[in-house]
Amino acid sequence: MYKRVLWLVVGLMLLVALPACGGGAKSETIKIALLSPLSGDVATFGQSINNGAMLAIEDKNASGGVLGRQIEVVTEDSQCSPEAAVSAANKVIDQDGVKFIIGEVCSSASIPVSEVAMAKGVFQITGPSTNPNVTVDEAGKTKSLIFRACFIDPFQGTVAAKFATENLGAKTAAVLLDQGNDYVRGLSEYFRDSFEANGGEVVVWESYTGEDQDFSAILTKVKDASPDILYIPDYYSTVNLIAAQAREKGVTAVMMGGDGWDSSDLDRAAVDGGYFTNHYSAEDPRPEVQDFVKKYQEKYGTAPDAFATLGYDAATIMLMAIEKAGTDDPAAVAKAAESGEFPVVTGNISYDEFHNPVKSAVILQVKDGNISYINTIAP
Amino acid sequence: MENLQAQPQAVSAALNRRNGAFLNRISQGLFALFLGFVIYTLGQALWDNPSVFVQQMLNGLQLGFIYALIALGYTMIYGIVKLINFAHGDVFMVGAFTSFYAVSSLNLHRWPAQIWPGMPEGAVIVLGTVSVILIAMVVSAALAVIVERFAYRPLRDKPRIAALITAIGVSFFLEYFGGLPFVYTNNYITYQRPFEVAVFSAGMVSPVLIGAAWGLFALSLGATLVFNLMARRGNVQAKEWLKHPLLQFGVMLGGFAAVVLTLAGVKITTNGKIWDLSVSNVMLVIMASSILLQVALQYVVNRTILGKAMRASAYDKPAARLMGVNVNNVITATFALGGGLAGAAGVLYATSFKQVHHLMGIIPGLKAFVAAVVGGIGSIPGALVGSLIMGQAEVLAAGFISTPMRDAISFSLLIIVLLVWPQGIFGEPPGEKV
Repeated sequence: MYKRVLWLVVGLMLLVALPACGGGAKSETIKIALLSPLSGDVATFGQSINNGAMLAIEDKNASGGVLGRQIEVVTEDSQCSPEAAVSAANKVIDQDGVKFIIGEVCSSASIPVSEVAMAKGVFQITGPSTNPNVTVDEAGKTKSLIFRACFIDPFQGTVAAKFATENLGAKTAAVLLDQGNDYVRGLSEYFRDSFEANGGEVVVWESYTGEDQDFSAILTKVKDASPDILYIPDYYSTVNLIAAQAREKGVTAVMMGGDGWDSSDLDRAAVDGGYFTNHYSAEDPRPEVQDFVKKYQEKYGTAPDAFATLGYDAATIMLMAIEKAGTDDPAAVAKAAESGEFPVVTGNISYDEFHNPVKSAVILQVKDGNISYINTIAP
Repeated sequence: MENLQAQPQAVSAALNRRNGAFLNRISQGLFALFLGFVIYTLGQALWDNPSVFVQQMLNGLQLGFIYALIALGYTMIYGIVKLINFAHGDVFMVGAFTSFYAVSSLNLHRWPAQIWPGMPEGAVIVLGTVSVILIAMVVSAALAVIVERFAYRPLRDKPRIAALITAIGVSFFLEYFGGLPFVYTNNYITYQRPFEVAVFSAGMVSPVLIGAAWGLFALSLGATLVFNLMARRGNVQAKEWLKHPLLQFGVMLGGFAAVVLTLAGVKITTNGKIWDLSVSNVMLVIMASSILLQVALQYVVNRTILGKAMRASAYDKPAARLMGVNVNNVITATFALGGGLAGAAGVLYATSFKQVHHLMGIIPGLKAFVAAVVGGIGSIPGALVGSLIMGQAEVLAAGFISTPMRDAISFSLLIIVLLVWPQGIFGEPPGEKV
């Protein structure tokens, strides 16, 4: 018995030790790690992020690299889980000698990765992690080496409320939210506060749980209150359920939501006439956007979604900051990112004191099966 | 010892304390308090806005009829094999996916139009929908039979806990096998309905339809009364007619449809506000199919040789075997029937919520199981009544008390029901047991 355990331990040690022997750091390339979920529930998000980031990096390599050096990419599946993401981060930093990380996708995984990155002096930028605690620690202090490419949840809710009152002339709104989901709750609360501050009234405020499929009880109340706006800032899967049932219950309110709606699986017939806030629109005439959409189409054969765009932007911002710093020292790159302005696909980004990008959001409308660009709203 | 014998009251008090009678009383009191609170809240809601209250009840009715179809499978299988078939909810999921592929990929709901291009649209829709439901039923029944043959039958004579654990294993297998990328994928898929949704609200329901529903109800109720009278006078034939499935079907469907359509179609005003109730055709289809399948099942169980064999096997398996009943075949048939009903429920569920997902069977399966227990597991009418109660409890709790706590509240109500009727509402009447 003891012998067997001993062999097991020796075997495991060999397994751990072997790859470490092979990976000597080469100084002529700059190594960047992509940590994204490539398996599990949100695997499509991870794939999109990687597609976008790879596009930016390969472009840069084709035009001579950054600081005259080629970029080498290490890809790890961090599974949107804190444990897997931390071990992936430790692996790429200790074993591959990476000093720059793009990732993770999920806030719950990005936060522990940021602890590792801060402890080991590595620069990290996440594409779509919206939780404020990714870049700010519990004590409210900004993590000096951590950045993000997306706007945070409060901003989307505020923009949606501003659009509802100013552009749609809405007076009353119903808000449906999943109490257990930080993203949804964040958007809802900031929508409510901002909508009421603009003189509107939230007449229905109802929460549900993530497993609910039958929304008839809530929607009956919504119908009875007949609000101008029905705000459902959840992911498309839940929005599909609620929207289809709402129409059948005779709810005529204009539906609104957040970037969770941005999916090819959104039931466009059910949310017809609805609006949602998003990071970018492929129809936006800015040259950065049009150039990116064209390149992405050529390489992958599909239109980029928001995740691909944020992956592209995260990589672009990081590479621009390295160039601006003129060195691959993470602390100097972070200084350059803090003070720079980055004209990327999702807007002209500069960073506030909490390392959150200051940029505008776009409003998109779902109409007759198409999603069209309506407006850009600055914070 | 002697001291205690001298004080019988002290003994009984001590025993009570040891049995937790005091705590029981406190918990009963708390439940009574809770029940009072629920009744008060609902009563106030009804008083404040009767239109919304009735609409919520209609919502609950739709949910209840779907649960009923799933609950029947649980109750039948438990009645015969004494096995809680946890994989039942996943058979339901497979039924929903079967219909999804039948409609979206194979376009099966339009087959009558492809064969007879001149067919009227209404007939195409009815025929197409019925065939989609039938296909889902057949596939689900086949799946249930396969599961029984390979997972449960080898364990039939082993301790019951082994089969129970196997059932949980089969359930997980179906859920996550379905979630594989080459099976159903783990995405939320928007379901394409075999028919378009139409919403009826005040003034939109044709009086003919309302009249027809009332007519059906009156006719079948009248016939029932007449046969009842004749049967009391000793007419044997009338006694047989009284049990005819068409009669039951007429009374149940006619009754429910008449009430629902009248509510939706007639303008009612309270507190100076016109009632704005709406009913969709999905609900009517769910109601009709659910009642039809219930009555058909009652017919099979009570009036056919197979049903007789099922009841015999449920009552005493070895004795039934000695009487020449092939118990294995009976059990296979039970699983086929239960699976078929679950498949139909899957189609109806997906039709009403317009989404399919590989884990969609878990929660409805669980709720239907609870409904079957509340109705009295093993009893067919119990499954229907339990499910209707479950649907109402859930929707009313969500509508008027607290949405995030709807399951907590509705399940507490069910605990109260079980405190009053520990065997479930319909107990275990040996005659009705399947």
